Amino acid sequence: MRASRLARTLQYGALAVYMVFLGFPLVWMLSTSFKPPREMVEIHPTLIPHNPTLDNYVAAFTEQELGRAALNSLQVSLSSAVLTVLVALPAAYALARFKTKLGTAALGWVLLSQLFPFVLLVIPLFLILRQVDLVNTHAGLILVYVVWALPFALWMLQGFVRNIPRELEEAAAVDGATRLQVLRRVVAPLLAPGVVATSLFAFISAWNEFFFALVLLKSPDLATLPVTLARFVGVEGIARLGPLAAGSLLATIPSLIFFAFLQRRLTSGSLAGAVKG
Amino acid sequence: MTTLTEAPVARKPDYKTKARSDRTTIYLLLLPALLPVVVLSVIPLVRGIYLGFTDARAGRNVDTNFTGVENYRELMNDDLFWSAFRIGLVWTFAVTILQFVLAFGLALLLSQPLKFRGFARVMALVPWAMPPVIVGIMWRLVYHPDAGLLNEVLYRGGAEGLQHNWLGDFSTALPAVIMVGVWSGMPQTTIVLLAGLSGVPRELHEAAAVDGATAWQRFRSVTVPSLMPVIVAITTLDFIWNFNSFGLVYVLTAGGPGGRTMLPMLFAYEEAFRYGNYGYAAALGNVMVVIIVALLAVYLRRRLREANA
Repeated sequence: MRASRLARTLQYGALAVYMVFLGFPLVWMLSTSFKPPREMVEIHPTLIPHNPTLDNYVAAFTEQELGRAALNSLQVSLSSAVLTVLVALPAAYALARFKTKLGTAALGWVLLSQLFPFVLLVIPLFLILRQVDLVNTHAGLILVYVVWALPFALWMLQGFVRNIPRELEEAAAVDGATRLQVLRRVVAPLLAPGVVATSLFAFISAWNEFFFALVLLKSPDLATLPVTLARFVGVEGIARLGPLAAGSLLATIPSLIFFAFLQRRLTSGSLAGAVKG
Repeated sequence: MTTLTEAPVARKPDYKTKARSDRTTIYLLLLPALLPVVVLSVIPLVRGIYLGFTDARAGRNVDTNFTGVENYRELMNDDLFWSAFRIGLVWTFAVTILQFVLAFGLALLLSQPLKFRGFARVMALVPWAMPPVIVGIMWRLVYHPDAGLLNEVLYRGGAEGLQHNWLGDFSTALPAVIMVGVWSGMPQTTIVLLAGLSGVPRELHEAAAVDGATAWQRFRSVTVPSLMPVIVAITTLDFIWNFNSFGLVYVLTAGGPGGRTMLPMLFAYEEAFRYGNYGYAAALGNVMVVIIVALLAVYLRRRLREANA
């Protein structure tokens, strides 16, 4: 495409503005996380710390509350991811390989459930979990996360199953392999990347989730990372901003890995249908 | 998702009949996934809608009575609700529209053969990779009246008079929060539009160029019309997500100062879990659903009519 030099210059200018807008908040948090307390109270803060320090990271790591919250988050997210995939795998296979109306119903539910505000869901969930004594337990939260991630995980996984040519399975069956052997020897290896992607998705949505964790977990001992960090926000003095920034950055790492993993496919548009807030 | 090429090989008939006899197996495979969704998603939702017509309150031994439209009558006279409702509409429309305009611009740029495009595409994803709570914390650092980036930039730029306690002042709190909402939701919109742009047939552009259309004319009469389905889909989704958004503003301002950023979701949360008025909060949720559906119906109908015109 031929664009004039002026147009090109304008385009680069606009792109630069976008990059500053998108990137600078993150750069600022990074800078804050390396500043010692004294620099935090300076009248005119600088972008590059005069005396960069790792103290904030050490504080974030050793701070009992944050460390425990990170462990809680890890436990909840890992369990949710494993459970989600275990439950979704057979169902995704069935949805992809056999025509059933349930597939359409499941997809419809994904869309419909987006429409309802969380309040409508969380109050009855709270009441139901209370009846079975699962309020204020990780088990209860994990259950909620699994259900929350399931529709999308199902949809993602069945797409991966569809991409495995049916003929491969049929060929193996003709050669005398049993159903189970077909699944283990043919389907499982080909499905592995899909399983990884889906469990990452389930892990991240649990790791980032805030609202349910806020409502369903009452004791600070059990709180997950987002809830603990959000609690910090209310009470932090200006000197505590450093550890807060450091802790926040550390808490972002898992999702950064996830996006680095999916980046190519996202920007090339092949996963564009898989968009969820 | 990627498409599956249709198999040229005729399916073995015996395999087909076997598949039919597998009905029970199918349901057994689906059951572990469907059961939890029904028990912990469908049932709670139905019960939540019902709660909106009761006087349910927090506490284990409180009786719940069906009260019909009582909650809604109360809502009509609740000034705080109307204020939250107004703020919610301003927030939702402002964020959705700005998100769309900015994301469209970015998507158009990213579809050009510019240098650094790969880097820019990665950068465009950054806000998406961050948990909403962290986004809130990060922007608090940017808006911080003393240690914040924004006030310092204004000072260095010689615009000291523009410095504000951004999240604390009555007049700037809502715009400041809206800006964060736009920032955090841009990636999804950008990526969907980018994918849509790559699907616009090249020949159409070339034909229009041959006919002497300017870049702007090509944009208006080729790009936008062929993108319309994508635009409608993503703005609709953005609208719903923004209307129901919670974590971001909870961390940024918790609805303050003086309720200036009290979105409907925050209001409902406070009603339910601070004051224990479950029934009233559920009623609020019901009203929110009805409003969203009504607004979307108007929007989608108009788009549909335009498409048919």
